[in-house]
Amino acid sequence: MSFFRVENLGIHFGGVVAVDDVSFEVKRGEVYTIIGPNGAGKTTIFNLIGLLYPATAGRIFLEDKPLAGSVPHRVAQLGIARTFQNIELFEHATVLQNLLIGRHRHRAASLWQELLFTPAARRAELAAREAVEQVIDFLDLAKYRDSLVAGLPYGVRKVVELGRALATEPRLLLLDEPSSGLNPEETDDMAFWIEDIRRHLAVTVLMVEHDMNLVARVSDRVLALNLGMVIAEGTPAEVQAHPAVIEAYLGKAA
Amino acid sequence: MRFLFKTDYDQDIRLFKHGGQVFWYGLLMALLLTAPFTVGEYVMSQLHFIFIYSIVGLGLMLLVGFTGQISLGHAAFLAVGAYTEALLQAKGVPVFISLPCAALFSAAAGLIVGLPALRLKGIYLAIATLAFNVIVEEVITRWEGLTGGNSGLHVKPVELFGVKLDGDAGFFYLCLGLTVLSILALMNLLRSPTGRAFVAIRDSEISASCMGVNLAKYKTLAFAISAALTGIGGALYAHKVSFISPEQFTLLQSIELITIVILGGVGFLHGAVLGAAFLIVLPQLISLAKDYLPANVGSSGLQAVVFGLVLIGFIIFEPLGLYGRWLKLRTWFELFPFYRKGMFRRQKSYMKSERLR
Ligand SMILES: Nc1ncnc2c1ncn2[C@@H]1O[C@H](COP(=O)(O)OP(=O)(O)OP(=O)(O)O)[C@@H](O)[C@H]1O
Ligand SMILES: [Mg+2]
Repeated sequence: MSFFRVENLGIHFGGVVAVDDVSFEVKRGEVYTIIGPNGAGKTTIFNLIGLLYPATAGRIFLEDKPLAGSVPHRVAQLGIARTFQNIELFEHATVLQNLLIGRHRHRAASLWQELLFTPAARRAELAAREAVEQVIDFLDLAKYRDSLVAGLPYGVRKVVELGRALATEPRLLLLDEPSSGLNPEETDDMAFWIEDIRRHLAVTVLMVEHDMNLVARVSDRVLALNLGMVIAEGTPAEVQAHPAVIEAYLGKAA
Repeated sequence: MRFLFKTDYDQDIRLFKHGGQVFWYGLLMALLLTAPFTVGEYVMSQLHFIFIYSIVGLGLMLLVGFTGQISLGHAAFLAVGAYTEALLQAKGVPVFISLPCAALFSAAAGLIVGLPALRLKGIYLAIATLAFNVIVEEVITRWEGLTGGNSGLHVKPVELFGVKLDGDAGFFYLCLGLTVLSILALMNLLRSPTGRAFVAIRDSEISASCMGVNLAKYKTLAFAISAALTGIGGALYAHKVSFISPEQFTLLQSIELITIVILGGVGFLHGAVLGAAFLIVLPQLISLAKDYLPANVGSSGLQAVVFGLVLIGFIIFEPLGLYGRWLKLRTWFELFPFYRKGMFRRQKSYMKSERLR
């Protein structure tokens, strides 16, 4: 049984073939990274997994069950959480409130219990707070707990978005360029957290990343993409040394 | 300035955050409970209207202010509530059954309107709800056998367990009670996952759905709850004015209802009540001012103009509404003399360069 698998995935926008016949498999508990030059189709793969776009070809499986025919919120409820390349937080809410949305798939009380705020609703709410506080502790967000997201520095928002995804207690975590826009120190923290997420929270990570130092440090395996097609797969060192990858990044030697 | 030291999660969840709030709301409640004995008949009547419009405003606030869905058709839900109540009361159904029925029928209408909301956004949704308003108005006018058409329906005063609530005080307590219950229910909802899902949809639909929020379900739910509250308001309205006819539920009424939300402050429950109060008090102010104006200024025309100007003024100068104004005033006092201009300005520390879809 495979944990997560993508088979012959493809999509085109008009004449642009954004993803073309991409297949890969992510093993439970590993950090699997997709790299590739700008416009290679990495984010599009995430959007296909999240069912934000309808795939023109191919299938996606979580624990051998196909995702097809589902809708985006079902994907989240199955335990696939993601962050966005351009940060999609709830701007006018506090950090705490943002993380609490992450608990949505674990809600336990019915609408009537919520309207009356019965003891059951209170218990569910307290459990949600407790889970979120653990994430806040884990990511060291305590001092921003009650700040509005709209006023936070970029680096902190990235961490908040990671926290919101973690609050869902995902089985598979999709990170779209977790280090983009971060300074070296923040990138180092991010690498540390990704290692911790894998080791202590036992969450499988599928990541898109440009920073090759980060990739080499945290990834078990790497998939290289160019123009929507797979050009190499293997350990970070193998992929970095692969002639097709070097060519994709640097252009063909004359 | 007040600093709260939190020692357990319950402190985040409870409705009253500190003793001061308990005191002020307690005082307000005490004043309201004794109002039937302290204020005159005229003020009492205005208070009835304020509470009725508060309930409607709360419903609309949930939809517009918290879920981010616009509606220019809420007068239709008001009508469904009012006519349901009027017809059931005429059949002798007791009010503790007819009132929930008014809410239920309205909610059902809300579900129907919620369906296009799944595909439409912004101005298109506004037009769809507006069309719904026109349809309901037409149906009421044409279905003379049931609704009496343009000649309207008379509505009896409320009777609760054989006691007639036609006295000002009885009806006042009913309206007050229902307003307080509506506020409490919405406060409960907003501190629960459902309320957070609404707010998430308002702020970013993509993020909400990627967090597992079922957009279709929660948007229709927001419409249904909003319509239910508006239906209750409509039922009380029918009793209050004791005669209902189609021209009370036109597009103009819908716009007045949306005015409550905008004047009060989009996104605050307080705003719904403040907005309702303002909507009722403004015409009084206008008629007072008319004594000092030239005789050829017409009264109905003047009211429409002032309403329009106030609405535009608020949208341009105080998008946070009356409640936002109050928050700023309070902050100014708390921080005196350190308040600086622009403290409430939204920060844009980065630009979104590219968005999905
Ligand atoms: N919604 C869309 N409509 C049309 N074209 C799209 C759409 N989304 C992506 N594309 C195209 O698909 C290709 C792949 O885009 P994608 O965003 O997946 O690249 P990426 O690998 O994430 O690049 P980057 O490193 O810059 O984030 C690009 O050519 C892009 O223009
Ligand atoms: Mg991308």
